[in-house]
Amino acid sequence: MSGDAILDLMSWVALAAGSVFCIIGAVGLIRMPDFYSRIHAGGIIDTMGAGLVLFGLVLHAGLTLVAVKLILLFLFSLIAGPTAVHALAKAAFHSGMKPLTGPGGKDRSN
Amino acid sequence: MKYICSLGVVLMGTWLLWSGHFEPLLISLGVLSVALVVALTHRMDVIDHEGAPVDVSFRLFSYLPWLAWQVIIANLQVVRVILSPSLPINPRMIDVRATQKRELGHVIYANSITMTPGTVSVEVGGNTISVHALTDEAAEGLETGEMDRRVTRLEGIR
Repeated sequence: MSGDAILDLMSWVALAAGSVFCIIGAVGLIRMPDFYSRIHAGGIIDTMGAGLVLFGLVLHAGLTLVAVKLILLFLFSLIAGPTAVHALAKAAFHSGMKPLTGPGGKDRSN
Repeated sequence: MKYICSLGVVLMGTWLLWSGHFEPLLISLGVLSVALVVALTHRMDVIDHEGAPVDVSFRLFSYLPWLAWQVIIANLQVVRVILSPSLPINPRMIDVRATQKRELGHVIYANSITMTPGTVSVEVGGNTISVHALTDEAAEGLETGEMDRRVTRLEGIR
Protein backbone atom coordinates (compact mmCIF):
# COMPACT_ATOMS: atom_id res chain seq x y z
CA MET A 1 0.00 0.00 0.00
CA SER A 2 1.30 3.44 -0.87
CA GLY A 3 1.43 6.28 1.64
CA ASP A 4 -1.46 8.07 0.00
CA ALA A 5 -3.72 5.05 0.27
CA ILE A 6 -2.89 4.61 3.97
CA LEU A 7 -3.64 8.29 4.61
CA ASP A 8 -6.90 7.96 2.69
CA LEU A 9 -7.87 4.91 4.70
CA MET A 10 -7.05 6.61 8.02
CA SER A 11 -9.07 9.64 7.01
CA TRP A 12 -12.11 7.51 6.15
CA VAL A 13 -11.80 5.57 9.42
CA ALA A 14 -11.75 8.89 11.32
CA LEU A 15 -14.74 10.23 9.38
CA ALA A 16 -16.73 7.03 9.97
CA ALA A 17 -15.82 6.91 13.68
CA GLY A 18 -16.80 10.58 14.08
CA SER A 19 -20.14 9.88 12.44
CA VAL A 20 -20.72 6.93 14.78
CA PHE A 21 -20.03 9.16 17.80
CA CYS A 22 -22.51 11.74 16.42
CA ILE A 23 -25.18 9.05 16.11
CA ILE A 24 -24.46 7.73 19.64
CA GLY A 25 -24.73 11.30 20.93
CA ALA A 26 -28.10 11.66 19.20
CA VAL A 27 -29.30 8.36 20.72
CA GLY A 28 -28.17 9.65 24.11
CA LEU A 29 -30.15 12.86 23.60
CA ILE A 30 -33.29 10.75 23.19
CA ARG A 31 -32.58 8.23 25.98
CA MET A 32 -31.57 10.60 28.78
CA PRO A 33 -34.33 11.47 31.24
CA ASP A 34 -33.99 15.22 31.74
CA PHE A 35 -32.46 18.43 30.41
CA TYR A 36 -29.21 18.29 32.39
CA SER A 37 -28.40 14.70 31.53
CA ARG A 38 -29.13 15.37 27.84
CA ILE A 39 -26.39 18.02 27.89
CA HIS A 40 -23.83 15.28 28.55
CA ALA A 41 -24.92 13.37 25.46
CA GLY A 42 -24.61 16.57 23.42
CA GLY A 43 -21.05 16.88 24.72
CA ILE A 44 -20.09 13.72 22.84
CA ILE A 45 -21.13 15.28 19.54
CA ASP A 46 -19.22 18.49 20.36
CA THR A 47 -15.93 16.79 21.22
CA MET A 48 -15.45 13.32 19.70
CA GLY A 49 -17.99 13.68 16.87
CA ALA A 50 -16.81 17.03 15.53
CA GLY A 51 -13.20 16.29 16.49
CA LEU A 52 -12.93 13.02 14.57
CA VAL A 53 -14.81 14.34 11.51
CA LEU A 54 -12.54 17.40 11.35
CA PHE A 55 -9.46 15.20 11.95
CA GLY A 56 -10.50 13.04 9.01
CA LEU A 57 -10.89 16.12 6.84
CA VAL A 58 -7.46 17.39 7.94
CA LEU A 59 -5.91 14.09 6.82
CA HIS A 60 -7.64 14.56 3.47
CA ALA A 61 -6.36 18.13 3.15
CA GLY A 62 -2.73 17.27 3.93
CA LEU A 63 -0.20 19.96 4.87
CA THR A 64 -2.12 22.91 3.45
CA LEU A 65 -3.70 26.12 4.69
CA VAL A 66 -7.05 24.32 4.50
CA ALA A 67 -5.83 21.97 7.24
CA VAL A 68 -4.80 24.96 9.38
CA LYS A 69 -8.27 26.45 8.97
CA LEU A 70 -9.93 23.17 9.93
CA ILE A 71 -7.80 22.93 13.09
CA LEU A 72 -8.60 26.55 14.01
CA LEU A 73 -12.29 25.81 13.40
CA PHE A 74 -12.09 22.93 15.89
CA LEU A 75 -10.29 25.09 18.49
CA PHE A 76 -12.91 27.85 18.19
CA SER A 77 -15.74 25.35 18.56
CA LEU A 78 -14.00 23.87 21.62
CA ILE A 79 -14.05 27.30 23.27
CA ALA A 80 -17.51 28.39 22.10
CA GLY A 81 -19.34 25.06 22.61
CA PRO A 82 -18.83 24.60 26.36
CA THR A 83 -19.45 28.32 26.90
CA ALA A 84 -22.86 28.06 25.22
CA VAL A 85 -23.63 24.84 27.12
CA HIS A 86 -22.70 26.51 30.41
CA ALA A 87 -24.96 29.48 29.57
CA LEU A 88 -27.85 27.08 28.85
CA ALA A 89 -27.34 25.06 32.04
CA LYS A 90 -26.99 28.18 34.18
CA ALA A 91 -30.13 29.73 32.68
CA ALA A 92 -32.09 26.53 33.32
CA PHE A 93 -30.79 26.30 36.90
CA HIS A 94 -31.62 29.91 37.68
CA SER A 95 -35.12 29.64 36.27
CA GLY A 96 -35.75 26.96 38.89
CA MET A 97 -35.36 23.73 36.93
CA LYS A 98 -34.24 20.99 39.34
CA PRO A 99 -32.05 18.19 38.02
CA LEU A 100 -33.26 14.62 38.45
CA THR A 101 -31.01 12.68 40.83
CA GLY A 102 -30.37 9.19 42.11
CA PRO A 103 -29.73 5.93 40.26
CA GLY A 104 -31.32 6.05 36.84
CA GLY A 105 -32.36 9.66 37.44
CA LYS A 106 -35.66 8.47 38.93
CA ASP A 107 -35.87 10.85 41.91
CA ARG A 108 -37.21 14.34 41.58
CA SER A 109 -34.73 15.97 43.95
CA ASN A 110 -35.11 18.71 46.54
CA MET B 1 3.93 46.19 26.28
CA LYS B 2 4.27 42.42 26.42
CA TYR B 3 0.52 42.07 25.85
CA ILE B 4 0.45 44.60 22.97
CA CYS B 5 3.27 42.82 21.13
CA SER B 6 1.79 39.36 21.63
CA LEU B 7 -1.64 40.53 20.46
CA GLY B 8 -0.06 42.05 17.33
CA VAL B 9 1.91 38.89 16.55
CA VAL B 10 -1.12 36.63 17.04
CA LEU B 11 -3.36 38.87 14.91
CA MET B 12 -0.77 39.02 12.11
CA GLY B 13 -0.35 35.26 12.19
CA THR B 14 -4.13 34.85 12.02
CA TRP B 15 -4.30 37.22 9.03
CA LEU B 16 -1.60 35.35 7.12
CA LEU B 17 -3.03 31.90 7.83
CA TRP B 18 -6.59 32.81 6.94
CA SER B 19 -5.71 34.77 3.78
CA GLY B 20 -3.00 32.52 2.33
CA HIS B 21 -1.90 35.34 0.02
CA PHE B 22 1.62 36.67 0.43
CA GLU B 23 1.70 39.54 -2.08
CA PRO B 24 3.11 42.86 -0.75
CA LEU B 25 -0.24 44.62 -1.18
CA LEU B 26 -2.24 42.12 0.90
CA ILE B 27 0.46 41.84 3.56
CA SER B 28 0.60 45.62 3.94
CA LEU B 29 -3.21 45.71 4.20
CA GLY B 30 -2.85 43.10 6.97
CA VAL B 31 -0.24 45.16 8.80
CA LEU B 32 -2.54 48.19 8.61
CA SER B 33 -5.53 46.21 9.92
CA VAL B 34 -3.50 44.74 12.78
CA ALA B 35 -2.18 48.19 13.72
CA LEU B 36 -5.73 49.60 13.67
CA VAL B 37 -7.11 46.78 15.83
CA VAL B 38 -4.25 47.00 18.34
CA ALA B 39 -4.67 50.81 18.53
CA LEU B 40 -8.44 50.51 19.05
CA THR B 41 -8.18 47.78 21.71
CA HIS B 42 -5.47 49.82 23.44
CA ARG B 43 -7.84 52.82 23.52
CA MET B 44 -10.58 50.56 24.87
CA ASP B 45 -8.10 49.49 27.58
CA VAL B 46 -8.84 45.78 27.14
CA ILE B 47 -5.28 44.64 26.41
CA ASP B 48 -4.33 42.89 29.62
CA HIS B 49 -3.76 39.38 30.94
CA GLU B 50 -7.29 38.48 29.80
CA GLY B 51 -7.36 40.23 26.42
CA ALA B 52 -4.03 38.76 25.32
CA PRO B 53 -3.44 35.73 27.56
CA VAL B 54 0.18 35.21 26.58
CA ASP B 55 1.04 34.10 30.14
CA VAL B 56 -0.71 30.77 29.73
CA SER B 57 -0.01 30.24 26.03
CA PHE B 58 3.18 28.17 26.34
CA ARG B 59 2.03 26.06 29.27
CA LEU B 60 -1.11 25.27 27.22
CA PHE B 61 0.99 22.87 25.17
CA SER B 62 1.43 20.59 28.18
CA TYR B 63 -2.16 21.06 29.42
CA LEU B 64 -4.04 20.49 26.14
CA PRO B 65 -2.78 16.94 25.42
CA TRP B 66 -3.69 15.89 28.98
CA LEU B 67 -7.15 17.49 28.60
CA ALA B 68 -7.65 15.82 25.21
CA TRP B 69 -6.86 12.43 26.77
CA GLN B 70 -9.30 13.07 29.65
CA VAL B 71 -12.00 14.10 27.15
CA ILE B 72 -11.47 10.87 25.17
CA ILE B 73 -11.69 8.70 28.31
CA ALA B 74 -14.82 10.52 29.50
CA ASN B 75 -16.37 10.21 26.03
CA LEU B 76 -15.94 6.44 26.06
CA GLN B 77 -17.46 6.23 29.56
CA VAL B 78 -20.55 8.22 28.52
CA VAL B 79 -20.86 6.26 25.28
CA ARG B 80 -20.90 3.05 27.32
CA VAL B 81 -23.61 4.49 29.57
CA ILE B 82 -25.75 5.55 26.60
CA LEU B 83 -25.44 2.19 24.91
CA SER B 84 -26.22 0.07 28.01
CA PRO B 85 -29.87 -0.99 27.96
CA SER B 86 -30.30 -0.18 31.68
CA LEU B 87 -28.96 3.40 31.29
CA PRO B 88 -26.81 3.23 34.48
CA ILE B 89 -26.72 6.93 35.34
CA ASN B 90 -26.65 8.47 38.81
CA PRO B 91 -26.97 12.22 38.24
CA ARG B 92 -26.32 14.69 41.04
CA MET B 93 -25.08 18.20 41.73
CA ILE B 94 -21.64 18.50 43.33
CA ASP B 95 -19.54 21.49 44.39
CA VAL B 96 -15.84 21.47 43.52
CA ARG B 97 -13.18 23.89 44.73
CA ALA B 98 -11.47 26.12 42.19
CA THR B 99 -8.05 27.17 43.49
CA GLN B 100 -7.17 29.46 40.57
CA LYS B 101 -6.18 33.02 41.44
CA ARG B 102 -7.71 34.89 38.51
CA GLU B 103 -11.00 34.81 36.64
CA LEU B 104 -9.25 33.59 33.49
CA GLY B 105 -8.15 30.49 35.41
CA HIS B 106 -11.69 29.93 36.69
CA VAL B 107 -13.01 30.23 33.14
CA ILE B 108 -10.47 27.71 31.81
CA TYR B 109 -11.32 25.28 34.62
CA ALA B 110 -15.11 25.62 34.16
CA ASN B 111 -14.74 25.31 30.40
CA SER B 112 -12.61 22.17 30.78
CA ILE B 113 -15.22 20.65 33.12
CA THR B 114 -18.00 21.32 30.62
CA MET B 115 -15.95 20.07 27.68
CA THR B 116 -15.49 16.71 29.41
CA PRO B 117 -18.65 14.66 28.82
CA GLY B 118 -20.26 13.52 32.06
CA THR B 119 -19.69 16.82 33.87
CA VAL B 120 -21.17 20.26 33.16
CA SER B 121 -20.37 23.37 35.18
CA VAL B 122 -23.66 25.03 36.09
CA GLU B 123 -22.62 27.89 38.34
CA VAL B 124 -19.27 29.58 38.88
CA GLY B 125 -19.11 31.68 42.02
CA GLY B 126 -16.14 32.69 44.14
CA ASN B 127 -13.96 29.67 44.69
CA THR B 128 -16.53 26.95 44.08
CA ILE B 129 -18.03 25.60 40.88
CA SER B 130 -21.37 23.81 40.96
CA VAL B 131 -21.18 20.84 38.63
CA HIS B 132 -23.87 18.53 37.32
CA ALA B 133 -22.33 15.05 37.10
CA LEU B 134 -23.97 12.24 35.15
CA THR B 135 -22.38 9.17 36.73
CA ASP B 136 -20.41 8.09 39.82
CA GLU B 137 -17.30 7.76 37.68
CA ALA B 138 -17.58 11.32 36.36
CA ALA B 139 -18.22 12.81 39.82
CA GLU B 140 -15.37 10.89 41.46
CA GLY B 141 -12.98 11.76 38.64
CA LEU B 142 -13.61 15.44 39.19
CA GLU B 143 -13.50 15.24 42.99
CA THR B 144 -9.90 14.02 42.92
CA GLY B 145 -9.04 17.64 42.06
CA GLU B 146 -6.45 16.65 39.48
CA MET B 147 -7.91 18.95 36.82
CA ASP B 148 -8.08 21.82 39.32
CA ARG B 149 -4.38 21.41 40.17
CA ARG B 150 -3.39 21.29 36.52
CA VAL B 151 -5.34 24.43 35.63
CA THR B 152 -3.82 26.25 38.62
CA ARG B 153 -0.37 25.21 37.41
CA LEU B 154 -1.33 26.37 33.90
CA GLU B 155 -2.19 29.77 35.34
CA GLY B 156 1.34 29.91 36.76
CA ILE B 157 0.79 32.47 39.56
CA ARG B 158 2.27 31.62 42.92
